[in-house]
Amino acid sequence: MLEFTDVSAVRGNTTVWSEGTFTVPTGAIVGVIGPNGSGKTTLLTMILGLLRPGSGELKVLGETPHRGDDRIGYVPQNYASIAGDSIRARDLVLLGLTGTQYGLRRTTSAQRARVDEVLTEVGAADFAKRRMSQLSGGQQQRIAIAQALVGKPQLLLLDEPLANLDIRNQQDIVTLLERINSERGIGILLVVHDLNPLLSVLDGAIYLLDGHPHYDNVDEIVSEELLTHLYGTAIKVVRTPQGDLFTRSA
Amino acid sequence: MDIIAVVKFQSNWMEILASPFMRTALIAGILVAIASGLIGYFVIVRGSMFASHALAHIGFPGATGAALVGTSVLTGLVVFTVVGALAIGLLGKKANDREIATGTVLAFATGLGVLFASLASENTSTVTNILFGNLLAIPSSQLVVFAGFLAVLIVVLLVIFRPLLFASIDPPVAEAKGVPVKGLGITFMILLALVVSMAVTVVGVLLIFALLVTPAAAALRFTARPGWVIFWSSAIGVASVAVGLTIAAMINLPPSFFIVSTVFVIWLVAVATRREGRVQVPVGGHG
Repeated sequence: MLEFTDVSAVRGNTTVWSEGTFTVPTGAIVGVIGPNGSGKTTLLTMILGLLRPGSGELKVLGETPHRGDDRIGYVPQNYASIAGDSIRARDLVLLGLTGTQYGLRRTTSAQRARVDEVLTEVGAADFAKRRMSQLSGGQQQRIAIAQALVGKPQLLLLDEPLANLDIRNQQDIVTLLERINSERGIGILLVVHDLNPLLSVLDGAIYLLDGHPHYDNVDEIVSEELLTHLYGTAIKVVRTPQGDLFTRSA
Repeated sequence: MDIIAVVKFQSNWMEILASPFMRTALIAGILVAIASGLIGYFVIVRGSMFASHALAHIGFPGATGAALVGTSVLTGLVVFTVVGALAIGLLGKKANDREIATGTVLAFATGLGVLFASLASENTSTVTNILFGNLLAIPSSQLVVFAGFLAVLIVVLLVIFRPLLFASIDPPVAEAKGVPVKGLGITFMILLALVVSMAVTVVGVLLIFALLVTPAAAALRFTARPGWVIFWSSAIGVASVAVGLTIAAMINLPPSFFIVSTVFVIWLVAVATRREGRVQVPVGGHG
């Protein structure tokens, strides 16, 4: 899904991170973790083709990343605050299909049917006719995911999709993403701060350690040594008798 | 002066309405109201309310300075607002920076307008017309220009409608999808400059909000579907111009006041009315 060969990320004169060499398997659910300011969003920006690697080679779904790649769906950070009062949720999802079309065109019935289909898939059909501002945080996140999915991507990028959600909504979104992954085979890459809600579904994670990105399977990632080093604060990994896995600050 | 002597009912208002200068005023007002309605939704969605207000102020020295170089008020307005639009579009990325930069330029431009007005020794009524608008002062020769601006606006909006909407509502995703967000932003600002130039002649620099933003804000109370918002804001603008002019014909007072008042009343009614689709979101509700 992603192939990094000695990739560095440079913004202006600042090197955000460097020496990224790793491969992320196709169809995986992958977290992007690292402390604040370590360049997680920069990594997404690069995969989207909005920022070229400062050096090295990056392949996304087998190609050099380029803007407007229909095979990638994107849910940015703070999506809820972007839209607001001036549009219905449904029309926002439709823009995911028609927003790049110039000229006077009617929305086709096939496009409408696709919007209905994806709204049902994410469990948003009941509230899609309301405005974004009238939806709860979890509902807005579902709409954002619907918009990213409507073009039938092979890879879904989400920047902090669980931020500002309560535990139940976090769990609902995680379950939804897992279902999208298993039913549609869509690879999912998500930037997260808290690993816990995702531990049961993650295949692996890209972690930004000391200015270098690495990829590893989730079993390797969830180690006290690595996480403590990564976040610069003591972190414990706890396994309950039921087999559930948690990380917490020690 | 006795107020009653100023405000008097003109029983021949039907004749006044039918006169050629009233017809010119009505057509001009309708063209401007439609143009404002077309762009008003985008002004709100993009959060460019302040920028539209600022553009009108930036146009002020253009309008007052036009006499200095011997050109029409409209030409002066267009030149200054388009340059201002390009500057606002190109400079300052962050919204906050933009507000401070725009506000600073705005104050300077208004000062410049006063200077030009005194240099050109323009009479107070010209300056008043620029500040508060005067539909009755629009020459019939300007109708063609207005119609041309409106045609340009319609054609460009038809072509860029969806990408502009996408870039306005959802800039990060639009950018990732390959929509030229910045280019569309600058195109929008130039269109806005043309509409502002037209609207200044109707309601003036200081009352621009009433024609450019308020109708769309009122329409948004009832519908959030882009096409309908645009239709209703144009309709509200046209109705306000027609009602305002009619009352101005009945009692011999400036139409700007009556146009702005009609818009204001419509907006009050819209705000007081239960909004469309307002459903209580249960706290902690599912999803």
